[in-house]
Amino acid sequence: MNEKTKFMLKQIAFYTFVFTVVAWIVVPLIVVALYAFSSKLDYYDPSKIIPFHYTKQWVYTLLFTLRALDAIKNSIIVAVLTIIISFALGIPAGYAIAKFIFPAKDTIKLSIVALRMFPIPVMAIPLVVLYIRLNLIDTLLGVALAHTAMALPFVVLITSSIFAGVSTELEEAAMVFGLTRLGAFLRITLPLALPGLAAAAMFTFVMSWNEVFVASVLTLQHRTLPAQILSIMAGASGGAAPDYYKFAAAFIMMLPAMLFIFFARKYLITMWGITLK
Amino acid sequence: MVEVRLENLKKYFDKGRVKAVDGINLTIKDGEFLVLLGPSGCGKTTTLRMISGLEVPTAGKIWFEDRDVTYLPPKDRNISMVFQSYAVWPHMKVYDNIAFPLRIKKYPEEEIRKKVKWVAELLQIEELLDRYPAQLSGGQRQRVAVARAIVVEPDVLLMDEPLSNLDAKLRVMMRAEIKKLQAQLKVTTIYVTHDQVEAMTMGDRIAVMRQGKVLQVGPPVEVYSKPNSIFVATFIGAPEMNIMDVTVKETEKGIVLEGEGFEISLPQDLGELLRDYINKTVVFGIRPEHMTVEGISEFLHVKRKAKIKGVVDFVEALGTDTIIHARVGSKIIKVKIPGHVPVELKKEISIIIDLDNIHVFDKSTEKAII
Repeated sequence: MNEKTKFMLKQIAFYTFVFTVVAWIVVPLIVVALYAFSSKLDYYDPSKIIPFHYTKQWVYTLLFTLRALDAIKNSIIVAVLTIIISFALGIPAGYAIAKFIFPAKDTIKLSIVALRMFPIPVMAIPLVVLYIRLNLIDTLLGVALAHTAMALPFVVLITSSIFAGVSTELEEAAMVFGLTRLGAFLRITLPLALPGLAAAAMFTFVMSWNEVFVASVLTLQHRTLPAQILSIMAGASGGAAPDYYKFAAAFIMMLPAMLFIFFARKYLITMWGITLK
Repeated sequence: MVEVRLENLKKYFDKGRVKAVDGINLTIKDGEFLVLLGPSGCGKTTTLRMISGLEVPTAGKIWFEDRDVTYLPPKDRNISMVFQSYAVWPHMKVYDNIAFPLRIKKYPEEEIRKKVKWVAELLQIEELLDRYPAQLSGGQRQRVAVARAIVVEPDVLLMDEPLSNLDAKLRVMMRAEIKKLQAQLKVTTIYVTHDQVEAMTMGDRIAVMRQGKVLQVGPPVEVYSKPNSIFVATFIGAPEMNIMDVTVKETEKGIVLEGEGFEISLPQDLGELLRDYINKTVVFGIRPEHMTVEGISEFLHVKRKAKIKGVVDFVEALGTDTIIHARVGSKIIKVKIPGHVPVELKKEISIIIDLDNIHVFDKSTEKAII
């Protein structure tokens, strides 16, 4: 075997691998999108793998009759609230862990991670009782607070590693040249950390968008999308939903998240047109 | 421009267990270029950071003229700093990097433009102003960092090993440029380095530090020719000074230094300085460039000489110099001879020592006697 064939084989192996990975993610998405709009007859016709007749009926019913649109709004509100609260709390903590040396730093870091090991179902009932007492039950703020509790450990750890990646000398230079510590943070460290922080925000958004257990337990009228879909699918409106509804629901769930990530990603890459280091 | 005065400055870390800076007294004159020189971990950078205000001293005072700045935040000291990593902000173009300190000080945009233009010409970076730091080479980034530091016309300019990340050729070039720039601007400059060549070539005065203390302060030539301790003697100069234990003996020839495999009889004036050390062990030091080899090279202007025998062990031919490693007793003595000279290995040679350039140190205190 000469060098050229070896090279070609390597190329083929590489692209096969890439194709497999991409297909792994993309094929289910395509299947979901196709069946979400498939007509009832085409869906149940065993001779057709790809449906020919399409309808918007299932998606429309879900969005409007079964109030999935309101649930999407709720989900966005909850996700944004979660990002705001968890960043307001997590950024200072992450910064402190990245830049300062203080007693019991490792213990604190470990206990932050350990917090995530706590099984949420165990505290579901106490949480509901607490929320009823605090008048937070069935409110979006309540769900956002619960999601914050789940997202915060990651936000703290992710932001601390982002801040650790921004050289302290850059900040010190700003202080030498006339800024206070806070000013240096706001005008030097924060802009430099922005791409990383945006990634952390996306992570938080997706976590909140996908979270179904806590949202289902804590809300009744003001459900987030996964909770609303779950109750529809489980047959809250009488009997389990047909399969094409499930595909339509899956489509509704994944579309906003995918659009969000798609635009955020573009924004991230073009932020300064250059990489940081 | 100001005079900087450090008064018994101390910085302890880890509840006093680590004494990074341990009582420094130093005055840096108005417009002077002072180099803080020492091995890593000697406290030179910590000293610089205390002068900048990035670090708060454990004890002691820092004065800019008659202004006590010890606890002043960095922004209120009117200082500039060039960092080891340059610390050029990557999210701003070169122009904005340089203009940033002026903008904070609320200069009008028109004046900022003038000043940036002036400093960019000075450092020959006019064509880089529109680029991002990521598009610059290390040397160019270095220039931007220097430009940013001098554009504000600071009272004190601090430099923390600014050349250590450059390649050797660029370093030599920037060395000369920074020195010239400083002489032109007459700004009080404190420059930290571990590179003794940098210190020798750039400093008006050098302060040699070790373990948080300043061992010796003086002009480069003085620190080189009259080191006050074994540490300073061996830290400055390359190849480093030959150091060996000898015993002071009084014989009919006068005072002699008796070492392993050699004996050096001293002229009377030098001998008298060692009278208190008779029959005691002292440390003898001689720089490689203050010796030569009989029959190969001659000293032209040396009046008082001594001769010792050695065997050639190894030869470093550098082109400009030849460094002969000669075995004397069980010790290796390095002799530096200008130019390229052919030397045979294993050959017995006579090493001639320039007695006016010898050093003798107390064995226990490590302080210089001669």
